[in-house]
Amino acid sequence: MKKNSFMKQLASMPYYVWAIIFIIVPIGYVLYYAFTDSEGKFAGLDNFAIIEHYASTFSLSIMLAFIATVVCLLIGYPLALAISRTKPTTQKILIMLVMLPMWINFIIRTDSIAILLEKNGLLNSLLGNFGVSLELMDTRFAVIVGMVYDFLPYMVLPIYSVLTKLDVKLVEAATDLGCNSIQALTKVIMPLSLAGVVSGVTMVFVPCVSTFYISQRLGGANTYLIGDAIEARMLSISADYNKGATLSFVLMILIVVSTLIMNHYTDDDESVAAGGIM
Amino acid sequence: MKKIIVALENISKSFDDEQILSNISLYIRENEFITLLGPSGCGKTTTLRIIAGFETADTGKVYFEDKLLNDIPPYKRNINTVFQKYALFPHLNVYENVAFGLRLKKMKNEDIRPKVKQMLALVNLKGFEKRNINTLSGGQQQRVAIARALINDPKVLLLDEPLGALDLKLRKDMQNELKNIQLKTGITFIYVTHDQEEALSMSDTVVVMADGKIQQIGTPTDIYNEPKNAFVADFIGESNIVDGVMLEDFKAKFSGHVFDCLDKGFEKNEPVDIVVRPEDVDVVDVDSDKAMLSGVVTSVTFKGVHYEIIVDINGFKWMIQTTDYVGADQKIGLYIEPDAIHVMKKSEYSNMFGDYSSFSDELEKLSDATEVIEE
Amino acid sequence: MKKNAYIIACFVLLYAPIIILMVFSFNSLESTGVFGGFSLKWYESILQNEKAKEALINSLIIAVSSSLVATVIGTFAAIGISRLKNKFIKSSVMTVTNIPMVNPEIVTAVSMAFLFMGTLSTLKFIKSDDTLDMISLLIAHTTFGLPYVILSVLPKIKQMDKTQTEAALDLGCKPTQAFFKVELPQLLPGVLTGLIMAFTMSFDDFVISYFVRPKSTVQTLPLLIYSMTGKGTVTPDMYALSTFMIIAIFLLLVLANLAGSREEIQAKRQARKLKKQQEAKK
Repeated sequence: MKKNSFMKQLASMPYYVWAIIFIIVPIGYVLYYAFTDSEGKFAGLDNFAIIEHYASTFSLSIMLAFIATVVCLLIGYPLALAISRTKPTTQKILIMLVMLPMWINFIIRTDSIAILLEKNGLLNSLLGNFGVSLELMDTRFAVIVGMVYDFLPYMVLPIYSVLTKLDVKLVEAATDLGCNSIQALTKVIMPLSLAGVVSGVTMVFVPCVSTFYISQRLGGANTYLIGDAIEARMLSISADYNKGATLSFVLMILIVVSTLIMNHYTDDDESVAAGGIM
Repeated sequence: MKKIIVALENISKSFDDEQILSNISLYIRENEFITLLGPSGCGKTTTLRIIAGFETADTGKVYFEDKLLNDIPPYKRNINTVFQKYALFPHLNVYENVAFGLRLKKMKNEDIRPKVKQMLALVNLKGFEKRNINTLSGGQQQRVAIARALINDPKVLLLDEPLGALDLKLRKDMQNELKNIQLKTGITFIYVTHDQEEALSMSDTVVVMADGKIQQIGTPTDIYNEPKNAFVADFIGESNIVDGVMLEDFKAKFSGHVFDCLDKGFEKNEPVDIVVRPEDVDVVDVDSDKAMLSGVVTSVTFKGVHYEIIVDINGFKWMIQTTDYVGADQKIGLYIEPDAIHVMKKSEYSNMFGDYSSFSDELEKLSDATEVIEE
Repeated sequence: MKKNAYIIACFVLLYAPIIILMVFSFNSLESTGVFGGFSLKWYESILQNEKAKEALINSLIIAVSSSLVATVIGTFAAIGISRLKNKFIKSSVMTVTNIPMVNPEIVTAVSMAFLFMGTLSTLKFIKSDDTLDMISLLIAHTTFGLPYVILSVLPKIKQMDKTQTEAALDLGCKPTQAFFKVELPQLLPGVLTGLIMAFTMSFDDFVISYFVRPKSTVQTLPLLIYSMTGKGTVTPDMYALSTFMIIAIFLLLVLANLAGSREEIQAKRQARKLKKQQEAKK
């Protein structure tokens, strides 16, 4: 028996090696580049001076991601609640339908929004019949629309999965004790679905704050986000790996801190997993 | 006497510094139905797992047909197990579960089929071959588990509380069935249970265990009539256990009265434990010549066949079963035949059991139920 | 009624853009504003596009091999992780496992880009850049597929009764046989879910592939679509390609759900049976 369980311990060795080389070491590289100069000498916090240069980029990224997340929550929570109150068979189909767009490549999804918003796009050609023409592309509005559209399902699913597990009897008990339906919602359902909200908010905020494609495709030159800055520092002619690494590191810290703050509101540490992708 | 098939010699085992078994020796013979009986945590399941090969003893030796078994892995032992929760394979149907062991032996399909059929017939599951395990009731799963183990022709079958998860009526039926299967096949059964009734009604030999030690080995009647110490007397059936002194052979003094008894071989004036079963005490008039002890009835419970009364005798509460009605608070006399008195040597369990002052039926049932859940 | 209207409105919002994109892939004009009539010409053009074919093949090779490798390594990893007794070690391992899922994609992408710049380019024996690109992409995709496999296999291990293994040994299985005959078949639904998820994540990945080998000559479908949208004008053959990808993913999802629902039916049966038993006990 002992030998058997030893074999099983051994079974995970390839993964441990893999995780060290391909997860931990790369993060180590980010740290290395973030704290050294272009000649590889230790640079202390020198690289972090660029944060000042990128202050407006960071704040714009956070602001747009925040607005998109709030909009997702405002649309997504009622949707999750409504779906959780339909018949079980209907629920399955509806949830399938919510999930489906998640699997469509986000470049395609973003482009489908572009089709609608473009100057010669569908929306304008419809509005053109009334003699109206709107400049929707290359605006922050378009970026937020793109973010909401791309990541709404990530808000709905975790909230829904918590709401369906919620015992109907709790709501009945609340109404029995004198809650009207709105009070039942605010006093019972909402507090109990907090774990789902937290994981939904995390799942929307993280990709929004770090996106570079949505802002390029829909925001034009008006919206230069932190993702764009990282892309430029890593891939463009003006590449500077140390600065790229520094920005990535700061973004990572930003995410870790905000995730920790979010998770502070729920002690269900499996909530992120419970949100599930499938 | 039949040949010894499994022998345990001086087995000790501990987990995380907790001694589970201390120096157990046990000899099990061919065709025997032997039951390891004891409360949860007494080491009975560990003993079984050592025989099966899932645990290794820290010290001591396990023999199977005179061969040392200690370092033989479970899959090379000609011993099979019926697990507590059956451990049937959910990805296989009934037929494939039963055929599992034979398939491992690379037996041909046409040889497997009749054997599986025969086994399913033995456990009354004809026609269940194609059924999914999850669609079976607890009793049916139990039978599949037995068939799956027996098809390998084990010399010894280990059963770990196999009926624990079944409800009462089903358990009674299965007890009979298991006994019949054992008689039919002649396989040695080593059975683990905490249910004393089950142990007494099925076994040839009962091994009472407590605190990692064997307390007594014997036939069910021996165990019931001649318990070796206060623990066994209390665990098997109901007993009043009182302090006494053996004045001389055939004379015991307890509760302030000298009784004739059938026991001998103790030192003069040796302190002893005295066991008297509740059904062996006769209620007589308190003033009658027959009255050896007297006490006040503190509670009366109607049990159908008899009344169960608790009697306070000099501050010690006795349980007595009687067919005559007596009222609460009544003063009554008690008469005990010499053969109803059983004298035991003092042990570490003296003064721990046998007083019914805090007894209640409900409590008893409650503790039984939790035991099943825990295990 | 209000509830249903809201649900419908949301789904219209969710699906309208995608459906419009798919409709415009059949447009005879090159416009995204006016539908000039039904035509398959963009499909013809994409089918004749050698780059698209190559990208599809690359995507499939990478998705299949990275998801298979991730599934094998991840399944064994989950088995080992579930046996870890030390709580601190276990939670550290799980934290590391979660990194590629919790971190923003772009950070994972940057970190891997550094690794491949630094380490892989020193492997002098790999002469061809194509091979290097391919290996880098395979490693990157396997890495972000692994947590999905591990997290879908772990709960299956937790659910599995430990006495199952003992029963197998008891009936004559050697430990390896017990694993393949009893344990693995019961983990299979989780393993399959993990495989499908790793496959889809890989097939769909853009950000990480884009960063890992910036000058990569090995194109995948998402990389190709990106290069087609670029910052300039988009031709509808990209919509045709997108429609193709949507349909491919859709078919995969249906497959995955069929596998999942079979398992669910079994679970339901078991639940019903348990309920009956409990009622019988009462």
